[in-house]
Amino acid sequence: MDAILLQILNGLDKGSAYALIALGLTLIFGTLGVVNFAHGALFMIGAFCAVTLQRILSLSFETIDESRTDFLGNPLKVETPYVEAWFGPDVGMAIIDWSVPLAIFFAIPVMITIGFIMERGLIKHFYKRPHADQILVTFGLAIVLQEIVKYFFGANPIPTPAPDVFRGSFDFGVLLGFDPYAIAYPYWRLVYFFFSVTIIGAVFAFLQFTTFGMVVRAGMADRETVGLLGINIDRRFTIMFGIAAAVAGLAGVMYAPINSPNYHMGMDFLVLSFVVVVVGGMGSLPGAVLAGFMLGILESISSMNEVKAIFPGIDQIIIYLVAILILLTRPRGLMGRKGVMED
Amino acid sequence: MSTSNPTRRGLLKTGAIASAGLAVPTIFTASSAAAFTNEPTGSTVTLGFNVPQTGAYADEGADELRAYELAVEHLNGGGDGGMMSTFSSQALNGAGILGKQVQFVTGDTQTKSDAARASARSMIEKDEAVMITGGSSSGVAIAVQGLCQEAGVIFMAGLTHSNDTTGKDKKANGFRHFFNGYMSAAALAPVLADRYGTDRNAYHLTADYTWGWTQEESIAAATEALGWNTVDKVRTPLASTDFSSYIAPVLNSGADVLVLNHYGGNMVNSLTNAVQFGLRDRIVNDKQFEIVVPLYSRLMARGAGANVAGILGSTNWHWSLQDAGSQAFVRSFGTKYGFPPSQAAHTVYCQTLLYADAVQRAGSFHPCAVAEALEGFDFDGLGNGPTHYRADDHQCFKDVLVVRGKENPENEFDLLEVVEVTPRAQVEYAADHPMFAGGALGECNGG
Amino acid sequence: MLGLNKKDTKFLLIVVALTMFTPIILQPFAEGTGLAQFNAGYPDLMQRFAIFGIFAIGFNILFGLTGYLSFGHAAFLGVGSYSAVWMFKLLSMNVIPGILLAVATSGVFALLIGYVSLRRSGIYFSILTLAFAQMSFNLAYSVLTPITNGETGLQLALDDPRILDGVNNSGSLPVTNIFGLAMNSSTQIEVLGRVWTFNVGYYFCAIIAILAFYLSLRIFRSPFGMMLRAVKSNQQRMNYTGLNSRPYTLAAFVISGMYAGLAGGLLASMDPLAGAERMQWTASGEVVLMTILGGAGTLMGPVLGAGFIKYFENIFSKINDTVLHGWFSFMPDGLEDLLVVLVHPFVGKGWHLTLGILFMLVVVFLPGGLIEGGQRIAALFKRKRSDDDNLDPEHHPKQTPHVAE
Repeated sequence: MDAILLQILNGLDKGSAYALIALGLTLIFGTLGVVNFAHGALFMIGAFCAVTLQRILSLSFETIDESRTDFLGNPLKVETPYVEAWFGPDVGMAIIDWSVPLAIFFAIPVMITIGFIMERGLIKHFYKRPHADQILVTFGLAIVLQEIVKYFFGANPIPTPAPDVFRGSFDFGVLLGFDPYAIAYPYWRLVYFFFSVTIIGAVFAFLQFTTFGMVVRAGMADRETVGLLGINIDRRFTIMFGIAAAVAGLAGVMYAPINSPNYHMGMDFLVLSFVVVVVGGMGSLPGAVLAGFMLGILESISSMNEVKAIFPGIDQIIIYLVAILILLTRPRGLMGRKGVMED
Repeated sequence: MSTSNPTRRGLLKTGAIASAGLAVPTIFTASSAAAFTNEPTGSTVTLGFNVPQTGAYADEGADELRAYELAVEHLNGGGDGGMMSTFSSQALNGAGILGKQVQFVTGDTQTKSDAARASARSMIEKDEAVMITGGSSSGVAIAVQGLCQEAGVIFMAGLTHSNDTTGKDKKANGFRHFFNGYMSAAALAPVLADRYGTDRNAYHLTADYTWGWTQEESIAAATEALGWNTVDKVRTPLASTDFSSYIAPVLNSGADVLVLNHYGGNMVNSLTNAVQFGLRDRIVNDKQFEIVVPLYSRLMARGAGANVAGILGSTNWHWSLQDAGSQAFVRSFGTKYGFPPSQAAHTVYCQTLLYADAVQRAGSFHPCAVAEALEGFDFDGLGNGPTHYRADDHQCFKDVLVVRGKENPENEFDLLEVVEVTPRAQVEYAADHPMFAGGALGECNGG
Repeated sequence: MLGLNKKDTKFLLIVVALTMFTPIILQPFAEGTGLAQFNAGYPDLMQRFAIFGIFAIGFNILFGLTGYLSFGHAAFLGVGSYSAVWMFKLLSMNVIPGILLAVATSGVFALLIGYVSLRRSGIYFSILTLAFAQMSFNLAYSVLTPITNGETGLQLALDDPRILDGVNNSGSLPVTNIFGLAMNSSTQIEVLGRVWTFNVGYYFCAIIAILAFYLSLRIFRSPFGMMLRAVKSNQQRMNYTGLNSRPYTLAAFVISGMYAGLAGGLLASMDPLAGAERMQWTASGEVVLMTILGGAGTLMGPVLGAGFIKYFENIFSKINDTVLHGWFSFMPDGLEDLLVVLVHPFVGKGWHLTLGILFMLVVVFLPGGLIEGGQRIAALFKRKRSDDDNLDPEHHPKQTPHVAE
């Protein structure tokens, strides 16, 4: 029982990453109608925003310590971060330690800018082109973005730890009357879960309760009519693209401490996020979120030994298997709208 | 598509039988008088360096390329000569190989066997490379080794740790300097028993493919022989990036040691996840919970950051070794590139030197002559102490390093410290050991 | 001739000629010169051009005609490769049975997957095919290792039975052949410093590729092809007229799956190894990119796209700094280093970057794919000729609106 509860908890956490990425993707893919293969790259760039801020904060000057030597026998160069020199070692260390949460504020403007540039410079010209062309151009863009990141940061994963206070796990088991540590979950993963829920809530509230959101929703339903009403829907779609990029980026920033970012982490999530969006149903934001959490939980439960003993290798294929079953029983995924991307 | 023809079946059969009679390969090349594939006829000889340049292992591949370039420089008499001066065989003289200047071509394996074989074939067919070397994963190494066997060139394996490379998939034209899963286990198990006691319960998380399986088998066998109990062995999909759902059950399994049979990106993520879940702060069965990473790579350990501190593992070579060979290599590599070499760089440098030396001693580039010179070759001065290239399976036998993640690294390269140098005798095994059984070297192929 | 009209016959003959002279055409630069790096006329790459050409031609029958975008075609390629290698292991090194089995098994697979997936259309269809292919890949890599040999890939071994070939005591692996003629045997001729390699394996692939191309040409021109095009332009209207489109799309799916299986069998025949990564989504994505890059729906486009991508993968990835220094060595030192630094990010390990940029450039400036580029160049040379006399009579670049509904 406790094992299953633990996996459900873990599934919610995994699912929150899927849901967040799928939410951004479905804003672009399910509503603007653009098959965006560069969405994984946006997630990756978000994670590298955290890496970049960490690097910026740890920018150092070198002093030569004659008393020690490096591996070649030359005098050792000691690096001291500027922030430590300016604010004193304690405050400086604390700032570097908190670089990932700080990166949220760094990433939002960066990601929105990237989103704007992408939409205005490239995607805009592809709204009326076949999906095939959209795939080719965004795939090309994804490769270019990846390679640029690889050029500057290398191919290896880069450790980007969360602040020290989030080390360790929270023990749920004790609260529920289980043995100590029966259901313990790392603090940072819990932070990630609540962060995702907040962002998802914010995006929904924005679309539901603001005039801007109302116009965008109207534009999704019938772009032409909204245009005929004299509303500049293009500008709003650009802004939506920026928001989608920011959502993907934030998902990436907060993910950096969970798994050290590398340049191709976006590609690892790309296929999965498409599956999540489609299982959720094209054009449905709640569908994407629901599918994200559902697939996360199923994936976690299928990786339990007890389950694997009955179905060997089930954890390798569970997501795809579920996707097939859902698409065969529900023609438009969980909550898809009729007529979106069906031709 | 293919039209049905009543006599086709009969035709096929006769054809197949006829082909059996003619099964001798007929290869005509421009220099069909040549005794073997890509015999170097001019004043130069071309070697093929086939490493991952894109994908997850690109940085490892880049480090291997650096070492290859350094080796070529040294072979051609440039630089400070590196390990050529400490190498026990002094056949090489800095005038290339057999007086021919060494040139090289590079290719990208993408860590995919298909791409690796395409790249190796282009080196053999287009660039006339007489030897192929490289690789940063066992699947690729085994695939390229098979290709080189068929094409009739020598393959000097790079970083490949699976037992199979010199076990069931061994080939007469392939040679491995790197150690393997069995040796890791043999070296690591006594140290683990010594530090953590003989009464331990191990939980294995294993990458679900051949390398992971052979390592899991080796480690489990070696630790069980010393009294450990294996609680569970769980396979994780190779494509996993988040191991949380596999780590979470470890907490309540009653295990007090977690063995991560993962490499590269998998290792970085599973280790990071395990530390996140607070495994190392736990006391289970009145013992401190421990994590073991049997195969360490310094380049990859960097990705896990502070999480590697205190974690035991094994490695083929480390730059902090103090013998003359290692120091000479670190000096010339560090001077040229500004940072110390990785174990991948070391093994490929050694392989290049060993090949060149074997050609020099054999007096010929013919793969069979080279293979004969390498088989049973005893040497020293390449950083691993006295080493033996066994003729039966083309595996090198040498000391194995047991290392531990440093608690307070001084810089980004100073991540591991050598805990123990396990002597060669302790990691040797019979050529027909069951974990390595099932294949045959076959005969060397000169094309 | 051969049931084709005059224009198509001419087109086919051009294709035949190009294919037959490939070893010469792809070797334009003399050995020993700096530009020899760009030569592509060695057996492995030529074989790959032909094989991936077949793969893309087959994919185009489904995608180009019906508009159904399959994201799982690599599964059929992989299944074909495994079947062929098993045939080499068990029956004979003769490639014919291997290829036949490859085509047959991939056909069966395509029938099963197609039957299920074609119940949905649009993006839902794409994800279904993707899911099947990813399941095949993941299982082949792990649980199915006894059949697929997992990560290492299925290889030949000395002690394989090979029932028809008799006992092998030579101590070395036999080579794939066709009735005794080894696939890896070649003849080299040197003309004016250019080495032309005529390889049995390449010509075997080339002949099959021409047959595959001819078949695809016939399908494009047939009433069946018209039916498939009708599916693309308006399936609903087609259904209203009382026609059931499913059998047609399923037939197209199976044919295109068999093409993929044929390509897989040929890959294994040229180099007897079958790896699981042949089935990964990246491999499926690659054939999608090849087809779109070359020009979806055109006859020749997908082949061009396949050649383009394989060329970059094999030629550009091999250009390292030493080669660059060789090219620019005639310049003064400072300029040489500067040029090397400038070119460096785009070649060698940066070949992905160049490919990504070219994808974007092609799709932005040549909406019809590479074939359109070819037509524009051709148009420059023969302005006088009428417009419809271009190389590929099939192609009509048109923009289909795909706004969010």
